[in-house]
Amino acid sequence: MIRPGATARALPTLLKVGFAEAVAYRAEFLVWILSTTMPLIMLALWSAVARDGPVQRFGQKEFAAYFLATFIVRQLTSSWVSWEMNYEIRQGTLALRLLRPVHPMLAFAAQNLSAQPLRLIVAIPVAAVALATAGSSQLPRDPALWAMWCAAMVGAWLITYLAGFAMGCLAFYLESSIHTMELWLALFFVFSGYMIPIELFPPGVRAVADWLPFRYQIGLPVEIMTSALGRGEALAMLGWQWLWAGAWGVAAVGLWRGGLKRFAAYGG
Amino acid sequence: MIEVGDLRKFYEVHRREPGMKAAVRSLFRRATTTVKAVDGVTFDVAPGERVGFLGPNGAGKTTTLKVLSGLLHPSGGEARVDGHVPRRRETEFLKKITLVMGQKQQLLWDLPPAETLELNRAVFDVPRALFRERVSELSELLELGGLLTKPTRQLSLGERMKCELAAALIHGPKVLFLDEPTIGLDVSMQATIRTFIRHYNERNGATILLTSHYMDDVAALCPRVVVIDKGTLSYDGRLDELVRRVRPEKRLVLHLERPVERADLASLGNVVSLGPAEAVLQVHQDAVSATVTRALSSLPVTDLTVENAPLEEVMSELFSRSRAAREAESAAAAEAR
Repeated sequence: MIRPGATARALPTLLKVGFAEAVAYRAEFLVWILSTTMPLIMLALWSAVARDGPVQRFGQKEFAAYFLATFIVRQLTSSWVSWEMNYEIRQGTLALRLLRPVHPMLAFAAQNLSAQPLRLIVAIPVAAVALATAGSSQLPRDPALWAMWCAAMVGAWLITYLAGFAMGCLAFYLESSIHTMELWLALFFVFSGYMIPIELFPPGVRAVADWLPFRYQIGLPVEIMTSALGRGEALAMLGWQWLWAGAWGVAAVGLWRGGLKRFAAYGG
Repeated sequence: MIEVGDLRKFYEVHRREPGMKAAVRSLFRRATTTVKAVDGVTFDVAPGERVGFLGPNGAGKTTTLKVLSGLLHPSGGEARVDGHVPRRRETEFLKKITLVMGQKQQLLWDLPPAETLELNRAVFDVPRALFRERVSELSELLELGGLLTKPTRQLSLGERMKCELAAALIHGPKVLFLDEPTIGLDVSMQATIRTFIRHYNERNGATILLTSHYMDDVAALCPRVVVIDKGTLSYDGRLDELVRRVRPEKRLVLHLERPVERADLASLGNVVSLGPAEAVLQVHQDAVSATVTRALSSLPVTDLTVENAPLEEVMSELFSRSRAAREAESAAAAEAR
């Protein structure tokens, strides 16, 4: 077993080296960040729809606040771990991670998190634009809601990362896990609130979305950030979100342990 | 230090014929076969020993090394390295070993090797003072110069391998699994790497298990060899004994003052090659002294050396013998059925 104490001591260096790597790929990385502009496209689309009158509670300002918040949440909670794992398992290069006494789940997490400063460079100007266009009236005044927003952001990242890790592990069992991830992403785009606010779904679909994990990846933090939820509702959803994070954690660890026994370390 | 007992590693491999029909059929039914990559291998390696692990491509060498370094879970049998069961990948175990694969790299591609060294310092929990000492020692021995601060992608293959070795040894492992560490390197770089490995072994008392297709690596580094073929052990012992057993003949290299006739040489032994100024004869080892005396008295010899057959030839003969034995065995089995 790998010792947690030594891993904690190694964490700052893992983050530092991860950041150095992200900076080394800065041009490619920025292009990739800018390619995740779907919320901005949806903003334009929904704003056009709302020009003739509000859609339920969403007028143009509300749509602007919602989709700019979506953009920020997506930037700060995304993870590409499943693609990396799929590649490393298939190529056998995961072997090199396994030779180090730090759990790959943590090493990949540090690598993903260390790109956050670069993501903030993109997210902060968008937040400024959001404030200028939608005004601060959309933001919650209650500090408790901001604390819950922080917890919801961590929970959203955990679900995204752990689900990605679990799906990456499928490459141990299947020939490739990419298509599973693509299916997951398709469901994510629909049920997370990334393209359509969950509130606008018909009640039946909305009930399904409430049960699925996707809403807790985007919808929950965005709804807290745009004052769509009160304390009680936000807290209940936060509990559900962390349950999902825990479930994905268990799935990721189980798939990892089982998968490692099947690892063939091909190549070389 | 390394104990391997009846080690087995089998893989289930999908089999599919080429073509559209086979592709469609494989959608519904997949044929699999079991490949026995390692099939009952047993050997021990003592602390500080340097052992060559040899075999043709696909013999199971790399698989064994991967099992011993904890990357693969064995299908059966036992493996222990300094008392640890490798597949558990305990921190203490990982700190004691390293695996260098000539065809894979741990260096971060877009960053200078110094960053990988720093990463390894942190994850292996190497105290800073000791880290600095090791970096300076490795830099000197491997002649790293300014390589550690150049982006990895801008290094040549040989430079990269030197940095790879530095990154793999920064935590001071006691057991080195080296899988083709000199592959693709030029002759002088191969020699540098060999000298370094020997030095590391002598200085740190490290145990070394080395695979290489370059017999010069084996001859220079490994007094003992373990030969594996098709997953089973075919020889374990001293390298010179293996040579004696497989090729009991010696080679006499004669430097000649003037050209001689092939017939004159043929009366002394098998003529391996003949040129205007040099001839190579092959004779049984018991006949070496008599042949040397005759050659010196009957031919215009200016210099003479006695050598073993090249190791490549010895290995090639050993592998073809075991292939022939296997074929005979399966033919006999087929006949019995």
